[in-house]
Amino acid sequence: MGKVLMKGNEVIAESAVHAGCKYFFGYPITPQSELVAYMARRLPEVGGLFLQAESEVAAINMVYGAASAGVRVMTSSSSPGFSLKQEGISYLAGAQLPAVIVNIARGGPGLGNIQPAQSDYFQVTKGGGHGDYHTPVLAPASLQEIVDLTKDAFDIADRYRTPVILLGDGMLGQMMEPVEFTEGTEIRKFAKPWATTGTLGDGPPRTITSLELDAESLEKRNWDLQQKFAVMKANEIRYETYLTEDADYIMVAFGTVARITMNAVNKAREAGVKVGLIRPISLWPFPEKPFLETRDRVKGYISVEMSAGQMVEDVRLVVEGHAQVDFFGRTGGIVPTQDEIFEKIMMAAGGVTV
Amino acid sequence: MLEEMIIAGFGGQGVMSMGQLIAYAGMLEGKGVSWLPSYGPEQRGGTANCAVVVSDEPVGSPVVTRPSTAIILNNPSFDKFEPCVRPGGLLIVNSSLVTKTSGREDIEMIEISATDMANDLGNSRVANMILLGAFLEQTKVVSEGAVIESLKKVLGEEKQHLIEVNKLALKKGAAFVGGRMVV
Repeated sequence: MGKVLMKGNEVIAESAVHAGCKYFFGYPITPQSELVAYMARRLPEVGGLFLQAESEVAAINMVYGAASAGVRVMTSSSSPGFSLKQEGISYLAGAQLPAVIVNIARGGPGLGNIQPAQSDYFQVTKGGGHGDYHTPVLAPASLQEIVDLTKDAFDIADRYRTPVILLGDGMLGQMMEPVEFTEGTEIRKFAKPWATTGTLGDGPPRTITSLELDAESLEKRNWDLQQKFAVMKANEIRYETYLTEDADYIMVAFGTVARITMNAVNKAREAGVKVGLIRPISLWPFPEKPFLETRDRVKGYISVEMSAGQMVEDVRLVVEGHAQVDFFGRTGGIVPTQDEIFEKIMMAAGGVTV
Repeated sequence: MLEEMIIAGFGGQGVMSMGQLIAYAGMLEGKGVSWLPSYGPEQRGGTANCAVVVSDEPVGSPVVTRPSTAIILNNPSFDKFEPCVRPGGLLIVNSSLVTKTSGREDIEMIEISATDMANDLGNSRVANMILLGAFLEQTKVVSEGAVIESLKKVLGEEKQHLIEVNKLALKKGAAFVGGRMVV
């Protein structure tokens, strides 16, 4: 169908439809409301169901119900509303149900504001709700990448029976770029013998629950979950590197901030500084390989984030003191500029500002 | 070619749609484009602006802090963005609404009384298209044809009758720049 100019929020919605998602339960919140509105219009066209819930809590529990029936289902929100969904996400993780949850993050904590932020990194990568669990997190940097990662999110969810988080920020949700959807790509079908679709007399009743009162059984379930997380860590790492081969310094950034950082990297290269970029695409599992490969030869890493410093902790964990790990961030919905990132690079490289 | 622009004014002046038209036209011409709106509380009653990037390469950062071109439709936006235009850049001002003038000598400035000219066309709402026509004539970032093609798509079925007045406005803006005294 060629290229179309769309908003990021709309691209997520259309990509979900292309991935075979026919069920959406949501509640509007800036800066992701266009996603909800798009689904309201679009899903009836493909024979799906859109339902605006009375709250985020209701929406995530509707997702639990639809996922139990084995269908592809999505919900979306932004930071404060995403917090409200955490109980439900923990239940999805506990009951091993596949679903895709979108967070178009905004400034926090609390009600914060409606400007772009990445300060939900801890929440999405370290579990978020109660209990021992992780959810895979994918963080696209461009609208075209949303198309691929939304599809991947549904496949990962089905393959591992897990909720998957698609993380963007207000900038990604609101901006427009040309995107191309490939028509007629096959939607991967996963067998779901566990789904509660009626037994047809072919076996015992199926039960989906996160409740397990017997301690030994719950421990076993936890070890099973941990084993699954280990498989995801082995198979579901995604990242991109840029000019890291000869780099003295490596910037680390994800999502929209990676694009701004890349511009700053280019400018610093023009100024003769050997600097590169690692862009984690899967935030959990965190890509350790590009750090392990470079930590003994670079002078340092600088994590750039729209937060007070969250991903930088994962960078420190993998660098393990082999190189300097530094941080630059803006918070409260302020987007770091190319110039201030450039200046940070130049200071690291030469100790002087320009 | 890398054009990084800011278009700013009050909500309702067609600031956002002007930016979308440029992005759309760039896309039709196979260029890399991005459009990033300001969507903060500042939209309600204050200034609204969008950042547009048009490039021969895929677009890196969609954020524009030092525009190569700023198109300004009100005084608060003038105060905010006139100092940001990069040296050698272009400042286009709707002088029907903006009472200020730039003292900078390191940028090019086009003052065009777009609202008055739009009223002459019988539709004050095409002031943005006059500014857009001036911008296109000056920079040739995208072709007028591609903008008109985009307009047909953006306006939808019911509003095709507005194409003609928009075309006239584009031409009027272009003619203003073309006929300017070069000093």
